[in-house]
Amino acid sequence: MKILVAVKRVIDYNVQVRVKEDNTGVVTENVKMSTNPPDDNAIEEAVKIKESGKATEVVAVSVGEEKAQETVRKALAVGADRGILINADGILEPLAVSKLLQKIVEKEKPDLVFMGKQAIDDDCNQTGQMLSALLNWPQATFASKIEIKDKKLEVTREIDEGLETIEINIPAIVTCDLRLNEPRYASLPNIMKAKKKPIEQINASDLGVDTSPRIEQIKVEEPPKRKAGIKVKSVAELVQKLKNEAKVI
Amino acid sequence: MSVLLVAEHNNKELKPFTLNAVTAASQMNTDLHAVIIGNNCGDAAKKLSELPMVKKVIQVEAAHYENFVAENFAPVIVKLAENYSHVVCSANTFGKNLMPRIAASLDTSQVSDIIKVISADTFLRPIYAGNAFATVKSKDPKKCITIRPTSFDPCESSGGSAPIEKAEPSEEFNNTKFVKREEIKSDRPELGTARVVVSGGRGMQSGDNFKLITSIADKLNAAIGASRAAVDAGYISNDHQVGQTGKVVVPDLYIAIGISGAIQHLAGMKESKVIVAINKDGEAPIFSVADYGLEADLFEAVPQFIEELNKLNTIQK
Repeated sequence: MKILVAVKRVIDYNVQVRVKEDNTGVVTENVKMSTNPPDDNAIEEAVKIKESGKATEVVAVSVGEEKAQETVRKALAVGADRGILINADGILEPLAVSKLLQKIVEKEKPDLVFMGKQAIDDDCNQTGQMLSALLNWPQATFASKIEIKDKKLEVTREIDEGLETIEINIPAIVTCDLRLNEPRYASLPNIMKAKKKPIEQINASDLGVDTSPRIEQIKVEEPPKRKAGIKVKSVAELVQKLKNEAKVI
Repeated sequence: MSVLLVAEHNNKELKPFTLNAVTAASQMNTDLHAVIIGNNCGDAAKKLSELPMVKKVIQVEAAHYENFVAENFAPVIVKLAENYSHVVCSANTFGKNLMPRIAASLDTSQVSDIIKVISADTFLRPIYAGNAFATVKSKDPKKCITIRPTSFDPCESSGGSAPIEKAEPSEEFNNTKFVKREEIKSDRPELGTARVVVSGGRGMQSGDNFKLITSIADKLNAAIGASRAAVDAGYISNDHQVGQTGKVVVPDLYIAIGISGAIQHLAGMKESKVIVAINKDGEAPIFSVADYGLEADLFEAVPQFIEELNKLNTIQK
């Protein structure tokens, strides 16, 4: 079984994002970038499945500028066998990314495609579902547990009401929740080894996909700031303020 | 052309956020139709027809719609979408799972989780966990939009009498089978719509200590929330998680206890009207959004807080 894992390079989750002064976007220059956190869970799960003997190959794929190679390289350092980078500049909407991934799926013919449930930059939560629609494959979104049963997967999904379990036939798409597993850190020897693993570079334009944006970003602004609050000295003061000032209890 | 709203329901009743989605959809175009897809969902369809803003209800029923599998829902909505300019749904796990499947089939670039309708094609949406707001204009001929329910008021729920039309179901998608749903039943208000939310974080130290949170929630008729750290640590189940990848809540009062206030948690609660934080670390980022911050050991402060609330109740009685 072959697993393709899509990974995205995003601003690190610990960085306090700042809006550009000209309101055209957020500041990305000299900002720490990392793998989109739930994509780390996706790689981890694929590598674990391979380690259990149920998969033979894990391929990491990313779409983006040249620097996204670092993100693919990190996936290789935690156990992916080889990488693919689809070179594309500018804003890429999930629809375009899913069309590019569809081309890679047609070429690589994986049994499973994993990715994070949501990217923490644009917060769209679309790519996995879109890819699944384009391929007409089953989708298991927001997965917090995956069990492989022959040619099927039993997946526990995190939904608003609690948990849902579905059974999907392979080939299938799974989008991963942060609770799916605990991603490992890359060891130094594995980081060194990853440098020798191959990364195939493909130009998005060679895949015959129109990636031009369909959504015009008119402006990006700071959200309205909350007015500064106060520190209270005691529980009694807190309760008094809530009752008499805020009038919420 | 008109707007098609996808109703969320449990086959018996409409989910409350469907009313918020109706409000949002009606701001795109007042000629608003709603589709309800389910199994034996006639009662819910009737409720939908009573919403005064809904001009027509389309009801689609089949056994394979019983459990809201997106692979079964998408084709029927894609077919109906021929007659509509917009397809709209709430950005909760139902809509998040479903809408991109519809959008990709329509070759539309979806606009997710909008918090404001600026015009029929222009919307405001938070990005980067709400640290920036983007104004975006969809250039696709058909728009697929998910809306953040807490950013829109619920619509009027009675007085309407829209016609209910039946539509043909699509074929079953055989590669996905529903197995089971483990819903956490509770007598408390729903987290998404509660007037008061009391949340605990890693500072609670154990699942057992969450009974302190429960006690406050009992006093204030509040829903119980949690940070991701608390859910990850197994103190409480995932349906309580508030944050960027959990639920977004906008209560009148949000009480954060033992929560440091990571960016990802703030994304889910910082629009609350009044925020209270109780934390022993005076530097914790949660204090930057709190209207009232109490720097204290929660294991001392919370029992006192409960006692003060008790006193208050006695006085009120």
